Amino acid sequence: MSLSIEHLLGLDGVPKEDIEAILETAFSFREVLERPIKKVPSLQGKTVVNLFFEPSTRTRLSFEIAEKRLSADIINFSASVSSLEKGESLKDTVQNILAMKVDGIVIRHSDPGAAKLLTKFVDAAVINAGDGTHEHPTQALLDMMSIKEKLGTLEDINVAIVGDIKHSRVALSNIFGLKTMGANVFLCGPPTFIPVGVETLGVRVLKDIDEVLEIADVVNVLRIQRERQGRGYIPSLREYRARFGLTKERLDKIKRRLVIMHPGPMNRGVEIDSEVAESEHSIILHQVLNGVAVRMAVLFLLLGGKKE
Amino acid sequence: MKIKKLEKKVLLKNGLVVDFDNRDFIKKDILIIDGKIREIKESINVGDDYKVYDLKGYVISPGFIDVHVHFREPGYENAETLETGSKAALAGGFSHVFCMPNTEPPIDNAEMVKYVYERSESLPINIYPIAAITKGRKGQEITEMAEIAEFGAMAFSDDGSYVQNPLVMRLAMEYSKLVNRPIVDHAEDELLKDNGVMNESEVSTRLGLKGNPAVAEEIAVYRDIALAKFTGAHIHIAHVTTAKAVELIRKAKAEGVKVTAEVTPHHLVLTEDYMIDFDANGKVQPPLRNKKDVEALIEGLKDGTIDIIATDHAPHPIETKETTINEASSGMIGLESAFGLLVTHLVHERKIPLIDILEKITINPMKIFNIPASGIEVGKEANVTIFDSDEWWIFKRENIYSKSYNTPFIGCELLGKVKHVINKNFISIMDNE
Repeated sequence: MSLSIEHLLGLDGVPKEDIEAILETAFSFREVLERPIKKVPSLQGKTVVNLFFEPSTRTRLSFEIAEKRLSADIINFSASVSSLEKGESLKDTVQNILAMKVDGIVIRHSDPGAAKLLTKFVDAAVINAGDGTHEHPTQALLDMMSIKEKLGTLEDINVAIVGDIKHSRVALSNIFGLKTMGANVFLCGPPTFIPVGVETLGVRVLKDIDEVLEIADVVNVLRIQRERQGRGYIPSLREYRARFGLTKERLDKIKRRLVIMHPGPMNRGVEIDSEVAESEHSIILHQVLNGVAVRMAVLFLLLGGKKE
Repeated sequence: MKIKKLEKKVLLKNGLVVDFDNRDFIKKDILIIDGKIREIKESINVGDDYKVYDLKGYVISPGFIDVHVHFREPGYENAETLETGSKAALAGGFSHVFCMPNTEPPIDNAEMVKYVYERSESLPINIYPIAAITKGRKGQEITEMAEIAEFGAMAFSDDGSYVQNPLVMRLAMEYSKLVNRPIVDHAEDELLKDNGVMNESEVSTRLGLKGNPAVAEEIAVYRDIALAKFTGAHIHIAHVTTAKAVELIRKAKAEGVKVTAEVTPHHLVLTEDYMIDFDANGKVQPPLRNKKDVEALIEGLKDGTIDIIATDHAPHPIETKETTINEASSGMIGLESAFGLLVTHLVHERKIPLIDILEKITINPMKIFNIPASGIEVGKEANVTIFDSDEWWIFKRENIYSKSYNTPFIGCELLGKVKHVINKNFISIMDNE
C-alpha cells in the first residue's frame, strides 16, 4: 500500500484513496497497540525528527510513541523563539538537520504554511503536526478513524464542529477530510468565530446549537481559548457557555445517541460539561489511542516502511 | 546594462515619438547637443561627429516616472541604496522616482530631504523625496511641512502606516495647503486590518492565514476623502486595491474633491490566489485582492479614476522572504518588471492603448505632483525612455538591478522591453548593445 502524496501537509486536496489507505493501516496498527508487546520493526533504521517550534504535549507525545512503536530513531527539537528569529531558525535548523540525513520530519509551528515551507528546503517526508490556524491533518485523521470505529462509516453522516472555528487548526483539516469522505459538515459558533466565506468549503453554518444537536450524528467540540475573550471575540465565557456550551441539560434533551468528541485540552464547564465529556456518548479517550495508530500509519506509509 | 555619459552630439534616428496631443506615435528624429533637445524633425541628417542611435521599431517616450518607491537609504542599505535603486529604475525605464520616507531615521525633516538630494545628485536618475506627514511617522504630530517643502519634498506621506488619528490627518491636510503639496495616503485602517497578512476571503480561510479585510482600506479611503472634501486639501490615494475604493474615488472626483489615485502593477496582475502556495513574495500591503477587485482597478484606470501607475518598489533581503507568511516582510520589488507587466497584461491582453498606459507613468505624475521633468520638446533637457513594445522576453534574476529580488514575477514571459533611458546627460544601454 502506498500513498499518492509525498508529504502530509494538510488534508486539503488529499484524495479519498489516500485517506482510506491511512485509516485502514491505522486500524491494523491499532491491533498492534492492543498486544502485550506493542513494538514492530517497520521503521527500523529510519530517522525521524520532531521539530516543535510551539509547545505541545499531546501531539508531541502521540507522535513520539508512534515513532517508538515503529522502531524509528528519534531526534527531538524544541524551540521557543520569537519574531523574525523564528523564521530564520526554521530554515537554519532544518538545513542543519538535513545534513544529518533524516527520513522524516514532524513539524509543529505557529505559522500557517510552515510545513509547506519546509518541503522547499528538505528531501525528507514532512508531516504537519499543526501549522498555526491552518491545518492539523493527523488530528482530523484520528477524528475520522474514531468516528468510523464508532459508526462504521463516514459516508453521509452529519458531523457538527462547534466552537472557535476561526482560530482552530483542527476545524479546517476536519472539514477537508470529512467532505472528501462523503460526510456532511455543520459549523456552529458565535459569528465572530466563523471565518469569512467558509461556506465555499461545502459546509453549512448554523447559529443555534440545539438545532445542531437535532441533526448531528457526531459533535466535535473545540476548545475556547480564554484569551479570545479579552480580545472581544466573545463578551464572556458565561454567555458562551449559555449559547454554545455542550451542557448536560442540552444533551439530556436529545433522545438519539450522539458521538461526542473533543481534541483536547478541554475547558470543562465552558465548551463542554464534565458529565458530557465523561458520558457514554463521549469517545474522547478513544481519540487519544487512535491518535497513536493514525500517526503510526502516516509515518509508515510516508517513510516507506516494511510491514512486520 | 551599461550606464555612461551621453555623447556631446547625439542623433536619435527613426524612433516613434509619443505624441500625447494626437494620441499617436510619429516617426521623428531627435537631435541632442549637450544633453538638450535641439531639433525634432521627420528626418535629420548629421555628419560623422554625431553619435547616431538607430531606433527603428522603438518608441521614444518621455522618461517614465514612478511616484512610489522605497530605496531604503538610510537605514536599510542591505535591502537597497539610492544607487542600486537608481539602476533598478533605469532598467525599468524610469528616469524620475519619488522615494518614500520610511527609512531609518525617517525623512521627516528638511535635513533628511537635503540628504536625499545630495546623495542622489550624481546619480543618473532624479530622485525626489516624499517626506513624512508626521514626526517619526508616528501619526501624532505633523512635520515642519513648510520648511521641508522648501527643501524640495514633493509630497507628504506616512506610507507603510495609516495616520490612524483623524484629527492629526485633518490638521495635516489643512497645513499641507500652505505649501501646495499633496498628502499621499496609505489608506488601511490599522485597527480593522488587525495584523492581517493577506486579503480576508475564502482563500485566507482555506489557508488559515489571518485576513486583512477590504473594508479596512475602504473605510480609510472614505474617511480621507471626507477630510479632503472638508479641508479642500489635495489627497493622493496610494496603491488602491479594492473595487469599493475605486468607486469612492470616482464619486469624489465627480463631486470635485481634490483626490487623485495610483495603482501598482502587481495589484493589476495578481490576485489573492497567488498566496495558495504560501510564497511570501506575494505578501504586500495592502494585500493582493480578488478577481472582482482587479477588474474594478482596470476599469478605474480606463475611465481615469486612477491617474497613475506606481510600482511601490519595496526591496527586502531574501532572508525576510524565505520564511512563513506571518514572519515575512511586506512588499515586492517592481521597477524592472513594471513596464513589461503593463504591456503584457493591459496592452496585449486587454487591448488598453499603449498611449493610455504611458500617460499613467509620464504626464499624469508630472501634472499631479508638479514635477519639473521635461517632455519631448526643443530646448528642454533630454529625458526620454526608449523601448520596444513588440519584444517578448523572460524576466530573469539577471534582469534585476535592485539589491533585492523579492518578486513573484521571475520566470514570467513579458512583452515590451526597455532599451535606453536618457536623463541628466546619461544614457543607459540594456542588453549590452
